[in-house]
Amino acid sequence: MGIPAYVHLRRAKDLADRSYAEPLDVDALARTALCSRAHFIRSFKAAYGETPHQYLQRRRIERATELLRGTDRSVSDICLSVGFRSLGSFSAVFRRIVGEAPIAYRERARAAPPPHVPACFTLMWTRPAGGALSEKPRASAAGSVASDDHEEVPGP
Amino acid sequence: MINRLSHATLWVLDQDAALRFYTEKLGFEVRRDQSIDSFRWLTVGPPDQPDVQLVLLEPGPPMMDAASADQIRALVAKGAMGTGVFATDDCRGTYEELKARGVEFLQEPTERFYGIEATFRDDSGNWFSLTQPAEVPVS
Repeated sequence: MGIPAYVHLRRAKDLADRSYAEPLDVDALARTALCSRAHFIRSFKAAYGETPHQYLQRRRIERATELLRGTDRSVSDICLSVGFRSLGSFSAVFRRIVGEAPIAYRERARAAPPPHVPACFTLMWTRPAGGALSEKPRASAAGSVASDDHEEVPGP
Repeated sequence: MINRLSHATLWVLDQDAALRFYTEKLGFEVRRDQSIDSFRWLTVGPPDQPDVQLVLLEPGPPMMDAASADQIRALVAKGAMGTGVFATDDCRGTYEELKARGVEFLQEPTERFYGIEATFRDDSGNWFSLTQPAEVPVS
């Protein structure tokens, strides 16, 4: 991949990092990167090791962990303010990535003394890596389709 | 005993473009701009801190092989390189000023336990924090 392609992909990644709270979808990110949706998803994954949808989901969950640690805002309020539309999908994605429920995470994080790490480093270094992140909405146990977020992304 | 940091290297994609970015957009001064054959020693720094020089270097031989240089350029362009923190007395004002000059910000000024902070990228893709420290610095 050439340098100009990386620059466009970076602009799309920066948009996800900056505007995660908005109803961003893969098409909007692809427009920022100046390429077709399919090409964008492929080249983003080649550059950053995960699809744009997965990147955005982990960014949203990382922002949520900070709000859970540092504020008293409710889980449903935090869910909406990091760009999820439903508490059900937020909780499911949070649990899949972080490995525990939002409230359990908050209680555990607050039991420890607050880390004195500058927020810019927190942003860049604490986006969670764990947990298998589905690319497609999953069928819930009840049989209905859990909308995983704002869009469905086909596999590469 | 080590007294202070005097020079630090920043990998950039293009020295001419970086020189324009750091002087015209960030308001830095040129400290040195000299060439030895094809090697260009280009350093800049903030006006209030005359004893520090940021060395703007393009990756390449003979410092490193061409394949390594390609890898560094790709990392910088992808935005994987985070370089450091610039201090300011007025984060919100500086944010408006730099934004008006076309600097790409990742985050607007936000209050943190250590002060007010925004983050931005240089023209190559290196990211920086712009921080107005709180009255009493927290270590």
